[in-house]
Amino acid sequence: MKEEIRLTQFAKHGGCAAKIGPDTLSRVLGRLPKFSDPDLVVGFETSDDAAVYKITDDVAVIQTLDFFTPVVDDPYTFGQVAATNALSDVYAMGGEPKIALNIVCFPGDLDPDILGEILRGGADKVREAGAVLVGGHSIQDDVPKYGLSVAGLVHPDRVYKNFGCRKGDVLILTKQLGSGIINTAVKAQMASPESEVIRVMTTLNKKAKETAAEFTVHACTDVTGFGLLGHCAEMADASKAVIELGVEGIAFMHGAKEYAEMGLIPGGAYRNQEHVSHLLDTGDVEEVYVDLLSDPQTSGGLLFAVPEDEAERMLKAFEQADLGTEVSVVGRVLESGVDKPCIRLCNKAEM
Amino acid sequence: MITVNAMGDICPIPVVKTKKALGELNGPGEIEVLVDNETAVKNVTKMAKSSGASAESEQLGEKQYRVLITVGEAAAEQLKNAHNADAKTQAQPESAAGCRTCVGTVVAIGSDRMGEGSEELGHILMKSFIFALTQLDDLPDKILFYNGGAKITIEGSESLEDLKNLEEQGVEIMTCGTCLDYYGIKDKLAIGSVTNMYSIVETLQSAMNVIRP
Repeated sequence: MKEEIRLTQFAKHGGCAAKIGPDTLSRVLGRLPKFSDPDLVVGFETSDDAAVYKITDDVAVIQTLDFFTPVVDDPYTFGQVAATNALSDVYAMGGEPKIALNIVCFPGDLDPDILGEILRGGADKVREAGAVLVGGHSIQDDVPKYGLSVAGLVHPDRVYKNFGCRKGDVLILTKQLGSGIINTAVKAQMASPESEVIRVMTTLNKKAKETAAEFTVHACTDVTGFGLLGHCAEMADASKAVIELGVEGIAFMHGAKEYAEMGLIPGGAYRNQEHVSHLLDTGDVEEVYVDLLSDPQTSGGLLFAVPEDEAERMLKAFEQADLGTEVSVVGRVLESGVDKPCIRLCNKAEM
Repeated sequence: MITVNAMGDICPIPVVKTKKALGELNGPGEIEVLVDNETAVKNVTKMAKSSGASAESEQLGEKQYRVLITVGEAAAEQLKNAHNADAKTQAQPESAAGCRTCVGTVVAIGSDRMGEGSEELGHILMKSFIFALTQLDDLPDKILFYNGGAKITIEGSESLEDLKNLEEQGVEIMTCGTCLDYYGIKDKLAIGSVTNMYSIVETLQSAMNVIRP
């Protein structure tokens, strides 16, 4: 019998939990020169998901890159997860992926068939997204890594930004949370690779974005390595808003709460908590929810800020679109245009 | 006192080692866990507290921490029960009945049709059997699917909505991984988790009732 290779054993940190901490990142990026160009619609000053560059009055190109270390053992699934995650940045900007390139690191002494499976998983997701995969770049490295650089198109007036949410907006998240914690439990061999977490991580945000196109979206981002708290903090900060999150309304993966209580929490969650601590008021919610909300998500859902009077219809539209994931109202925007943006946790957000 | 050396171990290994030590304690006592990062301190503390034990931590030096876990009488009892329940360190989220150690009713489905005779009728009967389960006042705790039964939990199955309904109400749905592999439908699994023969045997053995349609 062939020796079974467990891909995750190569990686200290899997998936988006492998991301460099937000504190470190902002320190380093702060030292880089600022670029400006009249046609640059979105740069990295607001920590958005991708760069957007206007070509004509009707067309802007979205450029993004994302890759990480294995988060699951099965190579085909890993390829799917990494590609789904990379494509998501284009959806988070409101665009449609068009061209994708592979980025690959792979050990020279590992069976090349494994690499083949990873790439096949990625290619299948690119095809599902309706984009084309045209080559890429690979280097030898001790730890396997895979992802995509994706170019997409969007109308310059319809770019989703991660800021701009307004008082009264409802925050809707299109996937349930908990992938970092569940993957940690799997790594600890305390959970078997559940179909739920795999399904969530390999579901493209394509349908969610297409469904949202019918509605007013004040702000949008995808929830990944910084966790819901981290991404909400970016949104609150850039929008000068006060955001309230109601933990009882938020959809979590089956078992995530129990595993979090047992201490199966990736280090990234604690880094995320630290990063948002100056903005965060945890109120009287149980500590475990703070861990759950800061859990780094691999290939998480889209977070939309939508006007209150459209929220109900949008939820219904998501239900009809049958996303394959759990959509939930995570909270709402209490104030906007304030001097001190912050995030407040409560058990139940007032609606 | 048991000493667990988890220096140099990355998440989640310190938690795994702590859980093992808690299981081995066999009564009240103390465990000291040595770790080299704060994430491990926090996670080990949570593991101890979720087991009913108390934990205190101190920093011994640069990248050197000690978590002292004290297991009292009550915690020792709780650990003993939990240890008996999951001999294979399988952490089971609490079942619908809120009982960690025993399983009430388990439905074991080994075919995609019910009864002998007409194949078509068999499919119809199975579909309505699963629907009828959703209508029970007293829901089963778990439903196991194996052999031909594995075809019921995959994409396109007519019973998917009913199973989702059951899952939402806390019924655990598990499908045999070997069977999914055999039929080449592993990537089509649409609900519940994948299980193995060990868990199937354990589940059936610990069940108070087993229903086989």
